[in-house]
Amino acid sequence: MANTKQASACETCPVHHAGNLIRLGIKLDNVDFVIALAGNPNTGKSTVFNALTGLRQHTGNWPGKTVTRAEGAFMYAEKRYKIVDLPGTYSLLSASTDEEVARDFILFGQPDVTVIVADATRLERNLNLVLQVLEITNRAVVCLNLIDEAKRHGLQVDERLLAKELGVPVVATAARQGEGIPELLQAIDEVAAGKVICKPHRIGNESPALKRALEVLVKQIESQFPGLPNARWVALRLLEGDKRITEALRSGELGDLGRPLTVAQEAAGV
Amino acid sequence: MSDKNPKTIETILSTASTLRWEVGEDMHESLMEAIYRDAARISGRVVAEAGKKPRFNWDRALDRLLTNRWTGFPIMLLILAVVFWITIAGANVPSGMLASLLVDTLHPALKSFATSIGTPGWLNGLLIDGMYLAMAWVVSVMLPPMAIFFPLFTLLEDFGYLPRVAFNLDNMFRKAGAHGKQALSMSMGYGCNAAGIIATRVIDSPRERLIAIITNNFALCNGRWPTQILVASLFIGALAPAGLAGFVSAAAVVGVTLLGVFLTFAVSWALSRTILRGEASTFSLELPPYRPPRILKTLYTSLVDRTIFVLWRAVVFAIPAGAVIWLLANIHLSGASLAEHIVNWLDPFGWLIGLNGVILLAYIIAIPANEIVIPTILMLTVLVAGLAGVGAGAGVMFELGDDSAYLAVFSAGGWTLLTAINLMLFSLIHNPCSTTIYTIYKETGSVKWTTVSALLPVVMGMLVCFFVAQVWRLAGG
Repeated sequence: MANTKQASACETCPVHHAGNLIRLGIKLDNVDFVIALAGNPNTGKSTVFNALTGLRQHTGNWPGKTVTRAEGAFMYAEKRYKIVDLPGTYSLLSASTDEEVARDFILFGQPDVTVIVADATRLERNLNLVLQVLEITNRAVVCLNLIDEAKRHGLQVDERLLAKELGVPVVATAARQGEGIPELLQAIDEVAAGKVICKPHRIGNESPALKRALEVLVKQIESQFPGLPNARWVALRLLEGDKRITEALRSGELGDLGRPLTVAQEAAGV
Repeated sequence: MSDKNPKTIETILSTASTLRWEVGEDMHESLMEAIYRDAARISGRVVAEAGKKPRFNWDRALDRLLTNRWTGFPIMLLILAVVFWITIAGANVPSGMLASLLVDTLHPALKSFATSIGTPGWLNGLLIDGMYLAMAWVVSVMLPPMAIFFPLFTLLEDFGYLPRVAFNLDNMFRKAGAHGKQALSMSMGYGCNAAGIIATRVIDSPRERLIAIITNNFALCNGRWPTQILVASLFIGALAPAGLAGFVSAAAVVGVTLLGVFLTFAVSWALSRTILRGEASTFSLELPPYRPPRILKTLYTSLVDRTIFVLWRAVVFAIPAGAVIWLLANIHLSGASLAEHIVNWLDPFGWLIGLNGVILLAYIIAIPANEIVIPTILMLTVLVAGLAGVGAGAGVMFELGDDSAYLAVFSAGGWTLLTAINLMLFSLIHNPCSTTIYTIYKETGSVKWTTVSALLPVVMGMLVCFFVAQVWRLAGG
């Protein structure tokens, strides 16, 4: 859905589009795009999920509340979206079950957009996860949630600078109050439709030895799997001896991520 | 499917394992450090602390009070007691109103309607006296306390109090060889044990998760509160002077709740030293900031998602149970109803553990839903004691208007203070309801652990009641 002609001011206004949100609850058929919802525990992922889908996934002010993958749907700007609420994790590196569920979905589930919900009052710690997700996928939107709480604590977050640093759209929200949801929807829509191309931040200051090793391995991987969006991350996992990734490489599951989906696969919602 | 040559994939893998040696052992750490450095640099650039910090930090101050070594526990108990008190006091009036509508008004109307269209007596007995009344009872007894308890609990949850409870209890759980997050699944168990079992998914280690599943039953669920509250106010509250009766009966319920917490620790401890041996795993629990609860939204979601859901489940189970009770009371064999036969047969064993045959039969009938224990007991007691002028006939579940009417029925059934105490104990320590058992099976996938979870508490309950009965009889004569 490439926009060739200049959109009118009305159409680009988030307020206009907010009216386009149709919450579909659990009607998951015929989706155009799949969205993954990742983030640290207790940052309001489920609240964002509910705001988008109209579902009432149980929310509660304690970490670890979402124990299963919840799925819901919504329609925005005439596109149908499926959204998957992943368990909250602090990292995607060490291998507890919930981290694996989250990582595998972001990697193998090939969401069209990964929305990373970050707590604006604890940005530094939340960025650890954001940066890890951005290593895996280059289609992401950061939802800077709890911005109202940050303001109350006297914190000011420059979301435009953050977007520039991270290379992906950043939207400040207060999901409990529904603030920023229209803007979030628009950002999701733009990334999903390819109107905005992300250039995600990648970790750059590794040790010289690691850098050299990565260069060699990335070259090999890229020549075998051109189009793989995250060759560097795969190389890192292989260097760490990650069993799941090694297996996925052998079975061809990983290599397939590089190629565009066939129409049949798309229709099947793969 | 990949058309890539498997050989080249193996080349990549072998390159990776060769390079792994060059990179060295500390790769994981250096990678983490790189991430941390970048995160710190970025957040340092984009976050600015505007102006002065608020002079008073509410979160810090509240945490100091709520998780303090000395004040944490008393405040926890106080909050628990206040929640119960509001539930008990607030539920009385709407319960009575619902009962008078569903039982006193609608039931006779249905009966006379059924008679007027000429339904056979056995059919309208089974449908209206059995099934409809069981449902009416469950709705009128359960709906008001649930509609108060669940929103209160959800408000506390929304506010951020639950992680503080987990924080307070963590140390005790660890000493018992269990996981600190068990405090969270236990709290959910106070609403519904099946929900508590599902909540144990937050525990990663299978060993600790099993402990949490097996002991979740010691958190009094919603279906057992009415039993506790009614028996406590009739028998225990009555021991105190009138002015203090409410306070004393609330204290008795809190006491049983605390006994449940104690048993949770004791059984967790015993399990982690016998069949589920192992080290307690560590975890980091983040104390989230307190957030003003969204009152209207919480009311709405906890009413729709929790209250109606649990109520619906109870109704679904109560209807067939109502039919069973009616049939037991109305099928006669050699001069007495089936119910009377079973009660007489169970009586000696019931006496041994300080209960009676009626209570035991009620607990068998009420396996699908604890909510129907009290109505079943009342109905069976009236039937067996042959009370005239109470209730509405054989196998009809009914609700009595006031406390003295309950007491009259119970004393006709030969109840003593011991029966009341042991009923409260047995209500705490007996098998989980069938929904919970099924949930345990689904979550563990193991017949063995499901059996252990179902049988351990009921055997324990019988032992505890037996012990209390013997001590009572030795001491009191």
